[in-house]
Amino acid sequence: MEKVTMAGAINRALRDAMAVDSSVVVFGEDVGALGGVFRVTDGLAAEFGSERCFDTPLAESGIVGMAVGMAMNGFRPVVEMQFDAFAYPAFEQIVSHVAKMRNRTAGAVTLPIVLRIPYGGGIGGVEHHCDSSEAYYAHTPGLEVYAPSSAADAYELMRAALRRSDPVVFLEPKKLYWTSEEVAFSSLSSSSLSSPSAAALSSSPSAAAVASSPLAGASVAGAAVAASPLAGASVAGAAVAGASVAGAEPGRAVVRRAGTDVTLIAYGPSVGVCLSAASVAFLEGRSLEVVDMRTLVPFDDETVCASVARTGRAVVVAEAAGFGGVAAEIAARVSERCFTALAAPVRRVTGFDIPYPPPAYESFHLPSVDRVLDAVDDLQWEDA
Amino acid sequence: MTRDPAHLLPSADPVQLIDVEGKRVRDDVRIPEATDLVRAYGALVLGRRFNEQAYALVRQGRLAVYPSSTGQEACQIAAAHVLDDGDWLFPTYRDAVAMVARGVDPVETLTLLRGDWHCGYDPYRHRVATQATPLATQLPHAVGVALAAKLRSEPTVALAMCGDGATSEGDFAEALNFAAVFAVPVVFFVQNNEYAISVPLSRQTAAPSLAHRGIGFGIPGQRVDGNDVAALLTVLGDAVARARAGEGPQLVEAHTYRVQAHTNADDDGRYRSADEVSAWAPRDPLLRLATYLRASGLLDDAAQVAFDTEAERVAAALRASSPAAPDPARLFAHVFAEPTPQLREQAALVRDELSREVEV
Ligand SMILES: Cc1ncc(C[n+]2csc(CCOP(=O)(O)OP(=O)(O)O)c2C)c(N)n1
Repeated sequence: MEKVTMAGAINRALRDAMAVDSSVVVFGEDVGALGGVFRVTDGLAAEFGSERCFDTPLAESGIVGMAVGMAMNGFRPVVEMQFDAFAYPAFEQIVSHVAKMRNRTAGAVTLPIVLRIPYGGGIGGVEHHCDSSEAYYAHTPGLEVYAPSSAADAYELMRAALRRSDPVVFLEPKKLYWTSEEVAFSSLSSSSLSSPSAAALSSSPSAAAVASSPLAGASVAGAAVAASPLAGASVAGAAVAGASVAGAEPGRAVVRRAGTDVTLIAYGPSVGVCLSAASVAFLEGRSLEVVDMRTLVPFDDETVCASVARTGRAVVVAEAAGFGGVAAEIAARVSERCFTALAAPVRRVTGFDIPYPPPAYESFHLPSVDRVLDAVDDLQWEDA
Repeated sequence: MTRDPAHLLPSADPVQLIDVEGKRVRDDVRIPEATDLVRAYGALVLGRRFNEQAYALVRQGRLAVYPSSTGQEACQIAAAHVLDDGDWLFPTYRDAVAMVARGVDPVETLTLLRGDWHCGYDPYRHRVATQATPLATQLPHAVGVALAAKLRSEPTVALAMCGDGATSEGDFAEALNFAAVFAVPVVFFVQNNEYAISVPLSRQTAAPSLAHRGIGFGIPGQRVDGNDVAALLTVLGDAVARARAGEGPQLVEAHTYRVQAHTNADDDGRYRSADEVSAWAPRDPLLRLATYLRASGLLDDAAQVAFDTEAERVAAALRASSPAAPDPARLFAHVFAEPTPQLREQAALVRDELSREVEV
């Protein structure tokens, strides 16, 4: 076991991938000597040289556009957008080219680009530094969208992203960057550690890891269950400690905590909030299950629906503004697919429909443990 | 330390080697080999016929849209002919003739314009990127392709085309800047045809010329008569050679004119006079090269007939082609390497709908 932050885990994933795959190049603003403003690319330029990790001029569309050309011509670019809101200048490239190139060429040109975006709030950031921009990307056909909630999973998902043949928008929750956790890198899925060229997309058997759960191996069809009942109990917004999901491929959600009464569905920065809420609820006698989506695209309806079928209630939690957002999509999917299993309407706990507020206001805005618990209380319980 | 920027500045006038009378001018500048000029002439004849045929297909409702390069064929042919097999061409929606000249199957080049959503050909086969419609977005791609080649020490040059209007887009500036900073072998080739749909060049820039814009990026700019294929082959050819030799990106502005409306959907009478258009007729790129080649004894009736016959063959192929019947499975086939569960469900939904239609 090794104590590592999420920033450190992503750094290590990049380093490990670069070591085995010479086509992986990292570029963006301040990613070279500085190692990125969040130090995620720390040491890569020193270790792999300035042709593998380098700074570019300040121009996000140029960065992403150049990545398109490099990906067309044999490289696997990892580009860093310095902050969520500063990816917007690149939006045209992302939507019109990164996402569509495979389709426009009937599969002849594929763009294995990883677009890293530090995202979300909770760090007391000033304006333009705390956006939850996942809906824009998840709404765009042709992009995979990953949002890890723990250091171990960030490592796994980044290694997986670097084996995909399609572009991945990799959303890194800023507020979790510096939360450390014990990670046993050696026990992470062997597919993560094997040569990318050798690992075909679906080649890893992806045996779902099941650990310390009352439902282990029983009715949790295909889902990996990995969290102890009290994981993340102490701190709201804590990283999902010890939540390594060996072998879980993109497109597989995991049950981070098993429960029987309500399914909390979350991703990225909101998973820790849900785990904390579940711990508090547990003490109050209510059993909440927490599903961590891990990837928004591909989306794992199966694990979500299997969970809601067991619990009969669902609350979706996300930082982003609720209107037209990913949480709305998840709520709609659950309502459509699990209607007969539902004892109550699906609830959402999201950010308000406002621009991301100043630091002094963000605690009012972000989904909190209390707000999640209130939503749970508001569900229909009488006829249960 | 600032470097003397004089070497980055374009010539005061566009380089011209064969004037509108078909006469050789500027003895101080090398003119291409006779065989290259004859080959270019054959391609011009084909390009003109291609433009006419495509326009006719639009009128018959068999092409969705056609942004014609009539009058700009010299730019189209030169862009393709100055490249080696290992180079890359980045065309726009208006550059079908350049793609044909590079070797892409003529019928396939019209796939997108026929209303399909796939580009119709494998971009790796002839190293021709997909036609870019979002203006200037293809330029950073060319930079990336060139940087990738440079990192592998391959001699690849990327030639990226765009119009005068597209030079106002941010991606034009970003691409030139990236190319210069990374010193990659890209030739940016601007076809200045005076208009961006209805908007004249004076609304795009206050720079002395578009070629002058290179200096701010540290990129040498050159201006060339865009209706003189001899001058284009020389100027663009030199730019490609300099880029290949490691001298970094080059910017070439060709002065030409969009003789037809922007597309079939455009009404150019609203923004320019018929007199203005007809004034360009004597400057036609085919006319002057034919005159020059005839006078030089490089083109006879037999050769002309052979070129015309080949052009008619291609035109006939365009007329004979018809789009394949839509296959609903294609809707979902290429969104991802592996369709998501959601796409698989949606594909099944369409299959189910269709199977029920058949039963009725
Ligand atoms: C980003 C973007 N904005 C607007 C358009 C719509 N549009 C298509 S062609 C065109 C004019 C482009 O003019 P120019 O670059 O001079 O090239 P030309 O069409 O004359 O060859 C416009 C505005 C577009 N395709 N992309």
